[in-house]
Amino acid sequence: MNRRDILRRTATAGLLATPAAGLLAGCATAGGGDKKDGDTYQGKKSEQNPLGVKEDAPLEVVIFNGGFGEEYAKAHEAMYQEKYPKAEIKHSATQEISKTLQPRFVDGTPPDVVNNSGAGQIDFNGLVSQNAIADLGELLAAPSLDIPGKTVKDTLLPGTVEVGSYDGTFLVMNYTYTVYGIWHSTKLFADRGWQYAKTWDDHIALCKQIKAAGIAPWTYAGLHPRYMSWPLISTAIKFGGPEVALAIDNLEPNAWKSDAMKSAADAWHQIVKDKYILDGSPGLDHKQSQTAWCQGKAAFISCGSWLESEQADVTPDGFNMTVQPTPSLGSGDKLPFEAVRGTAGEPFMVPAKAKNVAGGLEFFRTMLSRKGAQDFTRKVASLTVVQGATEGVELPYGLNTVVKALDASGANGFNWVYNNYYRKLERNLVDAACGEFFSGRIGPAEFLDQCQRGADSIAQDSSVKKYKRAA
Amino acid sequence: MRQGRLPLIISFLLPPLVLYGVFVLSPYLQAFQISTTDWLGYSAQADPVGLANFRTLLHDGYVWNALQNNAILLAVVPVLTIALGLFFATMLAMGGRKGRAGVHGVRGTAVYRLVYFFPQVLSVVIIALLWKELYNPRSGLLNGALGALGLPTPAWLGDPRFAFWCVLAVMVWSNVGFYVVLFGAAMQAIPRDIYEAVLLDGASRTVMLRKITIPLLWDTVQVAWIYLAIAALDGFILVQLMTNGGPNFSSDVIGNRMYDTAFGSETKFGYASAIGVVMFFLTLSVAVLALRAARRDRIEYS
Repeated sequence: MNRRDILRRTATAGLLATPAAGLLAGCATAGGGDKKDGDTYQGKKSEQNPLGVKEDAPLEVVIFNGGFGEEYAKAHEAMYQEKYPKAEIKHSATQEISKTLQPRFVDGTPPDVVNNSGAGQIDFNGLVSQNAIADLGELLAAPSLDIPGKTVKDTLLPGTVEVGSYDGTFLVMNYTYTVYGIWHSTKLFADRGWQYAKTWDDHIALCKQIKAAGIAPWTYAGLHPRYMSWPLISTAIKFGGPEVALAIDNLEPNAWKSDAMKSAADAWHQIVKDKYILDGSPGLDHKQSQTAWCQGKAAFISCGSWLESEQADVTPDGFNMTVQPTPSLGSGDKLPFEAVRGTAGEPFMVPAKAKNVAGGLEFFRTMLSRKGAQDFTRKVASLTVVQGATEGVELPYGLNTVVKALDASGANGFNWVYNNYYRKLERNLVDAACGEFFSGRIGPAEFLDQCQRGADSIAQDSSVKKYKRAA
Repeated sequence: MRQGRLPLIISFLLPPLVLYGVFVLSPYLQAFQISTTDWLGYSAQADPVGLANFRTLLHDGYVWNALQNNAILLAVVPVLTIALGLFFATMLAMGGRKGRAGVHGVRGTAVYRLVYFFPQVLSVVIIALLWKELYNPRSGLLNGALGALGLPTPAWLGDPRFAFWCVLAVMVWSNVGFYVVLFGAAMQAIPRDIYEAVLLDGASRTVMLRKITIPLLWDTVQVAWIYLAIAALDGFILVQLMTNGGPNFSSDVIGNRMYDTAFGSETKFGYASAIGVVMFFLTLSVAVLALRAARRDRIEYS
């Protein structure tokens, strides 16, 4: 893929768009009122078929071929097929969701189910502001496929609907449940007699001890330094309460410079100042830094709960990775030590112009059934957003610690969504600031300044749609 | 014969022209039109906004930062690549000494030719990944060697002081081989007797290069210059794969900005097209300027 290719593709996509744009000039502004042509599939709604799936309607599913692979989706498709044997299912998997699907969105012929994930993810802000995603409200109200007496909504873990909602409309079904925390090897810590520290002062003391033992306390993905923004913001939220995240998500003025963020940035600056970070980390990508960590070159790393499956091929036997919440800053913290960031991730959507919207929703219902969720957890060792779906499934070591961390966190769990609302803010702007901060080129005040400047630039950009959340 | 010519011409020319028109020209024109809209890329709706995108562009610090890096590439990559290419080609064609009469290459010329051409055979993506590992601060070849010598081991791609220059070095490395072959082939066309004559007059090898080889290769050098200038305004693949413009935008280039605006962190296709249009004019002007600046009388051997 070179520059000319991109220009060409962008332009060819535009070529498709223009005649349509001319013809639909009236319709398009009327909010997609051109959908009621005979092309869409709609069956009769009944108790057995609450979403009104047309049983012989074809279903096209596009999966992001990343850490989870595509086999789990094939299993879900087989379950769908079982229920609708006449439906023809077209499955494809790609790593380049945006480049592959962009022309089809413009053309008005998108697939029915899209797993919009990975580095080539389509910015949700753009999709939502163009009304390109179907409302999944009906799915929430539909009865669960195999959990009797409950609607789909009742079976979901708390926060799932909120994360996928834009201005109150549920548009994105995030399928996995991800916990973000600080990871260490239980074996390494047991061998050396170290204890994970619950307060920041103890953490720094432990870092000193680890460094004295000839191991770097920390490493991080220097080429994707936003990984380090997660524990930093988590520290701030535990110190100042969930309002810290709310202000950041709502792009409130000086949200990044709140007292809580200042305290957190000051605290984290300690590991930079005292050189508790593995040499060369700023030049490592996520895989390289995680591998250095698996090799025992560093004690801590910040990551989400996909870490275990991502590292499966290089993790030594008995390494036993464990996730822990970020240490508390002090006794004044609003949230207890156990509070951890948990959120629904791995987004799936049904394009608004899909031919088989009902089929897409039904496919989600299949994924969210107990059977579908358990199969997923078994296949890819990751939690789903379906409550209690891990019962009876044997989990690998790391995932077990994730479940434990979630249980301990309970109602104190927290999350933020600015990265969903404004992809650029996290991926580009906060990312760049983290790179400067954790390599020691700037101090905490400049770091927060740079983040705030990024947030302000998004707030002032009139071409970006803004979202607010209440709590 | 005459009657048969027209259908022949048409049947040979028409398909490529149509293909060129449909797949090259029309998309370029389309980009101009899209650049005057606020198209977000995932619906058919695109409202004309006039030149607003270009006005935004004027005040977009990230675009200017990227352009500045392209300017450095433009100033450094062609000069370095051509200089190295000429040096190696000369060594291969006439670097040999051994006190023999006449003009010879260094020993092992054939092997060197092959080796120099290797990067050209590799896909740019492979080159980018190869060098990314080479620059790996912990297990990379480079820091391995530096560490063994007791020298400091920087974070290379993770350090804004070096990241851009690391990518630039790879750009030169991956291009030199092709120009060695290109210049080498052009040197074959220079009559041997000219060299033998100046050698008899006692000219040194540097004088030979400066006074004979380069003037006679000028056409080729000019072509190389234009290719490299256009490549310098691009640099997209290497940057995107090796650093994605980071750290802190220190290695960003205009092509990466365009990609990121449309397919990366945003979906602003209208704005990205405006960046594309600016790139188009920049590339065009650079090509024209390079042609003008390098214009000289052609030398024909008879």
